[in-house]
Amino acid sequence: MGERQETERPKKRIPMREQPPGERARNFMEVPYGYTAEEAVEEASRCLQCLKPMCRLGCPVLVDIPAFIKLIREGRFIEAAWKIKEDNALPAVCGRVCPQEIQCESLCILGKKGEPVAIGNLERFVADFERDAGEIRVPEKLPTTGRRIAVIGSGPAGLACAADLAKLGHHVTIFEALHKPGGVLIYGIPEFRLPKIIVEREVDYIKKLGVDVMVNTVIGKLYTIDELLTEGRYDACFIATGAGLPLFLGIPGENLNGIYSANEFLTRANLMKSYLFPEYDTPVKRGRSVAVIGGGNVAMDAARVALRLGAEKVHLIYRRSEAEMPARRAEIHHAREEGVEFNTLTNPVRFLDDGKGNVSGVECIRMELGEPDESGRRKPVPVKGSEFTIPIDVAIPALGTRSNPLLVSNVPGLGLTKKGYIVADEETGMTTKKGVFAGGDIVTGSATVILALGAGRKSAQAIDDYLKWKFWDTRKFAPS
Amino acid sequence: MYRIARKDILSEAVVSFEIEAREIANKARAGQFFVLRIDERGERIPLTIADFDRDRGTITTVFQKVGKTTHHLATLGEGDSISDVVGPLGTPTHIDRFGNVICVGGGVGIAPIFPIARALKHAGNTVISIIGARMRELIFWEEKMRSVSDKLIVTTDDGSYGRKAVVTVPLDELLTNNEDIQRVYAIGPAIMMKFVCITTQKHRVKTIVSLNSIMVDATGMCGACRVEVGGETKFACVDGPEFDGHAVDFDVLMARQRMYLSEEKEALEHYRKKKEVS
Ligand SMILES: Cc1cc2nc3c(=O)[nH]c(=O)nc-3n(C[C@H](O)[C@H](O)[C@H](O)COP(=O)(O)OP(=O)(O)OC[C@H]3O[C@@H](n4cnc5c(N)ncnc54)[C@H](O)[C@@H]3O)c2cc1C
Ligand SMILES: Cc1cc2nc3c(=O)[nH]c(=O)nc-3n(C[C@H](O)[C@H](O)[C@H](O)COP(=O)(O)OP(=O)(O)OC[C@H]3O[C@@H](n4cnc5c(N)ncnc54)[C@H](O)[C@@H]3O)c2cc1C
Ligand code: SF4
Ligand code: SF4
Ligand code: FES
Repeated sequence: MGERQETERPKKRIPMREQPPGERARNFMEVPYGYTAEEAVEEASRCLQCLKPMCRLGCPVLVDIPAFIKLIREGRFIEAAWKIKEDNALPAVCGRVCPQEIQCESLCILGKKGEPVAIGNLERFVADFERDAGEIRVPEKLPTTGRRIAVIGSGPAGLACAADLAKLGHHVTIFEALHKPGGVLIYGIPEFRLPKIIVEREVDYIKKLGVDVMVNTVIGKLYTIDELLTEGRYDACFIATGAGLPLFLGIPGENLNGIYSANEFLTRANLMKSYLFPEYDTPVKRGRSVAVIGGGNVAMDAARVALRLGAEKVHLIYRRSEAEMPARRAEIHHAREEGVEFNTLTNPVRFLDDGKGNVSGVECIRMELGEPDESGRRKPVPVKGSEFTIPIDVAIPALGTRSNPLLVSNVPGLGLTKKGYIVADEETGMTTKKGVFAGGDIVTGSATVILALGAGRKSAQAIDDYLKWKFWDTRKFAPS
Repeated sequence: MYRIARKDILSEAVVSFEIEAREIANKARAGQFFVLRIDERGERIPLTIADFDRDRGTITTVFQKVGKTTHHLATLGEGDSISDVVGPLGTPTHIDRFGNVICVGGGVGIAPIFPIARALKHAGNTVISIIGARMRELIFWEEKMRSVSDKLIVTTDDGSYGRKAVVTVPLDELLTNNEDIQRVYAIGPAIMMKFVCITTQKHRVKTIVSLNSIMVDATGMCGACRVEVGGETKFACVDGPEFDGHAVDFDVLMARQRMYLSEEKEALEHYRKKKEVS
């Protein structure tokens, strides 16, 4: 049987059909349509079922990739979804947003000569299939332990941690500052890349596990961590508040009207649905000519949202070259296809005023790659006299985010790094404060969904251990 | 869902709600605000916690009908519910025993100045309060303010009630005649706070203002609320809303408040049309 498949195995990966660029650049519907069952089986048949699957090592949570792909090949799609869920609670999300090209797919053996198996697409397919079949299985829970855990933040780290703890029989409450749970998955990543209904379903699943989700609750304001642990009678806390503080360029004119942090622009568009204004109440400036500054996923998302809001021109301004852009390849490709103009090796110097407090242009300078810096990357240096101006009416600095001090800087006994992130043990999420664990972007700085999710799972296990033995190892944090 | 326990119509344009939100009431302190969203399609807007009742488990807000959300809000009545209420937000007012202080509330700013005046009074300060509005019917909470003030001055622009003056006139007189004022607190329209600060700067009296910039999340995540204070960019929702008024760039604040003028007009018209149809 193996032999027959050998000859029939398609060489090239099965492409996922998607909305044509011209059309999709004007709507908020998801870009790729997803595989059909036939396409999925065909793509799955490309997998060699390696005995030592390299792909697995590229996945931060070690999803059993060959096993779930085998189940797809056998048409057992729902079982395939369950297989993934043993390691990854959010396959419908990760299949869509993981940077597969630097994770699982980067190590797939097929990638050595040709195209790697489309692991992400397959993961997405089975997760969607399970959902469409209406067969979301609620796993068995262990008997109630009577222990109570407070999870702060409902992004992927918080959701994953809560799900695992609930399965272990603990009582979990998630506290979320915004009015909708999901973290960046809800307020940051746009609808056309991750439909919100998918995130809502994942949250419903976690509620089905018995987790209480309290929205509109800003920890640090309504309750402190110490209050949760004492008056709230929680036995442990898991802090997963993300890295939500937006960075600005710090150049003249940045507080002019029309200049948004990417967080604000995306929050207005995604969480508040301002693309449906005035049916939804929250406005957003629909720029005609928009400058997005940055080269990561966030910048691509902002640029593509600006297009969909009707911009005639969207200029992506990035100070290094395209090869150095940290965004997923697929996003860069999609953005370019949709008409985003790339201005690489370009740096903004100041924003210009229209005389009424609105931004009217951005002055930029060309950069060239100079000597390598400490990181080994060639450092961009400005080219003297190359200043030029791009006329714009909206600008979106998408420069990344930092730790939001609102909660973490007000917890007595909680150790922070110089940049304000929580000091936590990588394997357990244990912090310097007994009973308090942390994981996700608030520990690592802006990273990825799957890393946050993995951190949530590790901490769930560690919290379970802690509740049994009340053992706290702080030696790791002692000054050496 | 958060129930409206009581509604009072203070004037044609100003309404007060007592909203059931026990946890927030337990924690609220002078100078803090909350964010509400009426329903699924609603905008998040910040309003000051003008009062709170820990026994009843309610917070009180006084708001002025200016655009879509506040007009819509004013149509709700006792027993109706608001989808989202988040708070308490912002840094509480720094309350201490300073000595003699002046609290100035302009227009709907009378409401947020009240809890500050009360806290200052409780801390043992001598509190002189000035409340002002365009005309008589826009003055509210006069008795409430009197109950927490050693002296209360009421002004109206048109002289229909109290003294015919803008609030800065009696303020300037007080500061001229009384050398011994340690602090001034001012809340009201940006332009009023700006002129209060110009007045108090002349007399070198430290002045605290509460900045009402446009907000979205109000947790420090978006930067919509950024203001310039002492040449630095600050986020009003978490670094404030109170700042040293003499360091605030009010022109930036006022320009940023006008960011959505055309959209706000559109939103209000859209809302009115929809209401007519239904
Ligand atoms: C626009 C954008 C696009 C991205 N695209 C990708 C992508 O394609 N692929 C990928 O892998 N990663 C992507 N990322 C990164 C990824 O989303 C994050 O790494 C991940 O969401 C981090 O998860 P988290 O659980 O640590 O925190 P978050 O998702 O940030 O969630 C934190 C939650 O905590 C809440 N919170 C904060 N403070 C408090 C408080 N005091 N009290 C209560 N609640 C609080 C917040 O409101 C938020 O809901 C993207 C990020 C952004 C912003
Ligand atoms: C910390 C703080 C406390 C406040 N306390 C009070 C209060 O106690 N009583 C009161 O009447 N008003 C208060 N405001 C102002 C109130 O938030 C606005 O009047 C309200 O948002 C207007 O919404 P709208 O849709 O009715 O009007 P719109 O037509 O949308 O706007 C009218 C004006 O209100 C301001 N505004 C609009 N949207 C927002 C927003 N999301 N956030 C902040 N301002 C906005 C703008 O300057 C705008 O020009 C406060 C604002 C802040 C920042
Ligand atoms: S979770 Fe992400 S990295 Fe892991 S297998 Fe799935 S797509 Fe690949
Ligand atoms: S490395 Fe590639 S071919 Fe091998 S098991 Fe993984 S996905 Fe299949
Ligand atoms: S309102 Fe978003 S940071 Fe202040």
